[in-house]
Amino acid sequence: MDAAAVPSGLADPGTDRGGGLLGRPIDRVDGLSKVTGGAPYAFERAPKGAAVAAIVGAPVGAGRVVAIDVAAAAALPGVLAVIVDDPRMPAGQASSGALPQQGTDRIFHYGQPVAIVVAESQQVANEAAALVRVEVTPATGRFDPRGEPVIDEPRIGFLPPVEMGDVDAAMADAAVTVDATYTTPVHFPAALEPHATTAWWDGDRLTLRSSNQVIGAARKTVARALGIEAERVRVLAPYVGGGFGGKTGVGAEAILAAIAAERVGRPVKVALPRRQVAYMTHHRSDTVQRIRLGTDTDGRLRAIAHESVVAQNDQGRFLEPVPFGTLPLYAGEARRFTTGLVRVDLPETGAVRAPGEAVGTFAVECGMDELAERLGINPLELRRINEPPVDPTTGKRFSTRRMIDCYDEGARRFGWPERVPDPGSVREGEWLIGIGMAAALRGNFTVEAQARVVLDEGGRARVECDMTDIGTGTYTILAQVAGEMLGLGLDRVDVVIGDTDLPPTAGSGGSFGANSSASAVVLACEDIRAELARRMNAAPEELAFENGCVRAGGRETPLADLVRGEPIVGRGHTKPGKETEATSQASHGAQFCEVAVNAVTGEVRVRRMLGVFDIGRVLNAKTARSQAIGGMAWGLAYALHEDGVVDVRDGRFVNPDFAEYHVATNADVPQLEAWFVEQVDASANPAGAKGVGELGISGAGAAVVNAIYNATGVRVRDMPVTLDKLLPGLPAV
Amino acid sequence: MHFTINGQRHEADVDLRTSLLDLCREHLGLTGSKKGCDHGQCGACTMLVNGRRINACLSLAVMHQDDEIVTIEGLGQVGNLHPLQDAFVRHDGYQCGYCTPGQICSAVGMLDEQKKGWPSYVSESLTDSELTDAEISERMSGNICRCAAYPNIVDAIREVAGKGDRQPVLEAAKEIGA
Repeated sequence: MDAAAVPSGLADPGTDRGGGLLGRPIDRVDGLSKVTGGAPYAFERAPKGAAVAAIVGAPVGAGRVVAIDVAAAAALPGVLAVIVDDPRMPAGQASSGALPQQGTDRIFHYGQPVAIVVAESQQVANEAAALVRVEVTPATGRFDPRGEPVIDEPRIGFLPPVEMGDVDAAMADAAVTVDATYTTPVHFPAALEPHATTAWWDGDRLTLRSSNQVIGAARKTVARALGIEAERVRVLAPYVGGGFGGKTGVGAEAILAAIAAERVGRPVKVALPRRQVAYMTHHRSDTVQRIRLGTDTDGRLRAIAHESVVAQNDQGRFLEPVPFGTLPLYAGEARRFTTGLVRVDLPETGAVRAPGEAVGTFAVECGMDELAERLGINPLELRRINEPPVDPTTGKRFSTRRMIDCYDEGARRFGWPERVPDPGSVREGEWLIGIGMAAALRGNFTVEAQARVVLDEGGRARVECDMTDIGTGTYTILAQVAGEMLGLGLDRVDVVIGDTDLPPTAGSGGSFGANSSASAVVLACEDIRAELARRMNAAPEELAFENGCVRAGGRETPLADLVRGEPIVGRGHTKPGKETEATSQASHGAQFCEVAVNAVTGEVRVRRMLGVFDIGRVLNAKTARSQAIGGMAWGLAYALHEDGVVDVRDGRFVNPDFAEYHVATNADVPQLEAWFVEQVDASANPAGAKGVGELGISGAGAAVVNAIYNATGVRVRDMPVTLDKLLPGLPAV
Repeated sequence: MHFTINGQRHEADVDLRTSLLDLCREHLGLTGSKKGCDHGQCGACTMLVNGRRINACLSLAVMHQDDEIVTIEGLGQVGNLHPLQDAFVRHDGYQCGYCTPGQICSAVGMLDEQKKGWPSYVSESLTDSELTDAEISERMSGNICRCAAYPNIVDAIREVAGKGDRQPVLEAAKEIGA
C-alpha cells in the first residue's frame, strides 16, 4: 500500500462493532457442502465420457531412458492410449518461475513421469501402467544429501546471504556462547486430497479442474508448457483438499492430463496414487543448521549466526530459505545468515507450509533455550532482553510487532512462571514432566490481487476473484468482508472463486491469500460505496450501511432501490507499495508446550500446547483459530513423528505413504489453545490483516523439543525426537 | 449386480477389481466419500456397512451385494442434517473438508461401537468404557485430518454424544496415560 490508511468501511476491532461481521467466529459458508459430501474436488464432476489415466514413473533414480515398450499395455482391452513420445511431456512439476525439461530422456529422480496410460477405467489404466516396460541406462546417483559438496553461493532462491559485523570475533569475545548443529528431515506436505486433474478440450480451448492453490499462475504455466496462449486455458479449483504449499506449482499430472485428453479426444482425469504424490510433487528439503549465539553476561546478544544447508535436484529453482525468520527475530550486532545448497538426484524440493520458518525456528529457538540454560536466565526473559526495537537486519521499522505481548499473555495463560528450571526434576509416576516455550515469527507478504463485487438489483452482492479456498476459509472471509462493507447479512452475499475467468489474485500461498484477496474485496466495495454515494448525493464517508440499507443525512434507502436495473460493479486492485517497502512486516507469536516423557519407554506425549499470536486484524476468529491450532499440530508432528526417509542406495523414499510417514493423528493431538493479540496493521494492506496459516507451525516444534529437554535433561538436535534418541540419556527409572 | 446404498437400490456392471469406494464414486455418482490413499491408511473413504464403519477402499464392491450401505449422502442432507454434520459445521471440525465425510461416518460407527461396550486401546475396562476425550481421540485415530482439526472434531463428537463441555486439558491428557 502507498499509505497507511484504514478504509472507512472497516471498524477498528477495539471499538464497538455493532452489527458488523468481520472478525466474528462465523461458521464457514461452505460448511454444509463439506459435511454433506456435496463439495466437488478436482477428480469429481468430470464431463461425461471421461477416460481415466495412470502415470508410469522412472524405475531408477538416475540415468537415461533408452526405450519404452508399450506393446503389452496398449494391447490390453480398454486401453485408449499409452503416451511416451509427446515432446511436451514434463519431467517434473512446473511453476511460473520455471518449466521442467520436456520430452527429455534424462532421469532426474526415481519415479519421474515417463509415460501416461489412458483407459476406460482406473482398474485397466493401473494394470496397463504395470505392463509398460521402461528400459534405462542407470547412472550413479547422488542420493545422500550429507555426502554431497556444499555450494556456498547457490544463485537460486530469494534469500541472499547476510553478513553484518564480524561474527567470529564477536563469538570469541562473548561471555557465553552456544554453537550447535540441528538437523531436520524430509517433510512431505501430504495434503489428504492427492494431486488430481480433470482435463478437457473444447476445440482449441483447454479446461482443467485441478487441485491447485494458485490457479492464475497455473493457467499461464500450463499454457507455456503446452505452447499455447494463456487465454485458451481455464483452470477451475472450487474446492482444494488441502495444499500446504504442495499445490503451489503445476504438477506433471495436470500437463500430462491435458496432453492425454488431446490425444484421445475425450476428457481425461488423473489422480496420483499416494506413493506417487511423494515422487511427482515437491517436498521440503532436509536441513542442516548451525546456530551460533554469543552474549554478554547479562544475556544481551552480540552475535547471531544461522548457517544452513539444503538440497535441490538439477531441475529445481527453489531454495528453502532456512534463516528467513531469524533475520528480524533478535537483536545482536554481528549477524550472519546463509543457505548453502547440495545438488541431489531426488524429487524436487519446494515450498511447504512456512518455508524457512517451519524449520529455521526449530534450530534458532532450541538454540535460544540452550543459551538460556547456560546463562541461568529464564528462556522467556532471554527473549525479552533481545527483543529488537527495529528490524535488526534491515534497520526498517516494524509495521506492527506485539511479540512482548504474546510472551506475556502466553506466560500468564499457560502458567509459565511455575516452570521448574532443573531438567528431569518433575515426575508423576513413571512420567517425566516438562514445559518449554519458543517464539513464533512468519514474514508477512503483501501481494497483488484483484476482485470484483457485483451488487445486483435484488440487493445481493456477489464477490468474484480467482482466489482458492484450500481449507483456509476464503469463501467465508470474503463474504464477511463484503457483508461488513455493504451492510449485508451473509445470506445476501455470494462468493465465487476458484475460476481463472475471474479477476486474478496470487492464490493461496505464503499466508498472503486471505489478507491480499480480502483487501481487493475491500477496495471493490469502496468502489461500490463511492457509486452509491453519488446516487445518494452524499460523500462516501457520510454513508452508513446496515441491514441491506444505506443511510446518509437522515435518509435511509434499501440498496436494491439504488441499483436501478443495471448491477453496480465495483473493482478492487491491491498491490505492495511504498509502505510495504518502508516497513518490516511479520506475524508474531509465542508457543508453550507441556510434555510427559515415559521414563521406561521414552514415549513422548504432548499434554497441552498454547499459542498467542499477533496476526493483525482477525478476519474470522473461528477459522483463524483453526488455522493456528492446525499449524501447532504440524509443529508437534514435525518434532515427534514426521520423517521422510530416503534410501540412499537407490534414491527411493522408504516411507512415502500414510502407513509409514506418520502425520499427527487424533490421539497425538491434545486440546490446543490459540489466542490472538489483535491489532490492525494498516501498513500491511487495506484489510489490516497479516498472515496466519503458517504462523502456527513456526516455533511450535521447538516448544515441544524444549519441553522434552526440561522433562528429561536430554537435548536432541536431530529431528524428529523419537524414543531411540531419548532412551540412552533418560534418567534412571 | 445390484447394491443397496442409502436405502436405494442401484444396478451396476463393474470390473471385479472395483472397490466399494470406486463403485460409489465412479459408477453411482456418490462422490461424497473420498479417496485419500486407496490403502486403508487415511480413513477418508469411511462408510457404514450394516451399521459398521469400514474403509471402502479396502473392500471389493462384489462383496457387498446384499449389504446395507450408508455413505455421507445418506446420513443427512442440506436441510436435514445428521446431528454430527451440524456439529462439525458449528465446531469447525474441518478445514479443507476432504476427510470430513469419512470423519463423520466414522464417528457414527464409533459412537455405536462404544455404546455396545466395545473397548478401545485406552479403555480401563474391557466391558464398560466412559466416552472421555481420550476415548474419542483414540477411537477416531483411523481418520487422518492433515489440516489437524482434531480438537474441533473431538468437540463436535463430544457434544453429539451428550457428554457436555470440553474436559480440562490436563485431565484429558492424563487419561491417555500421560
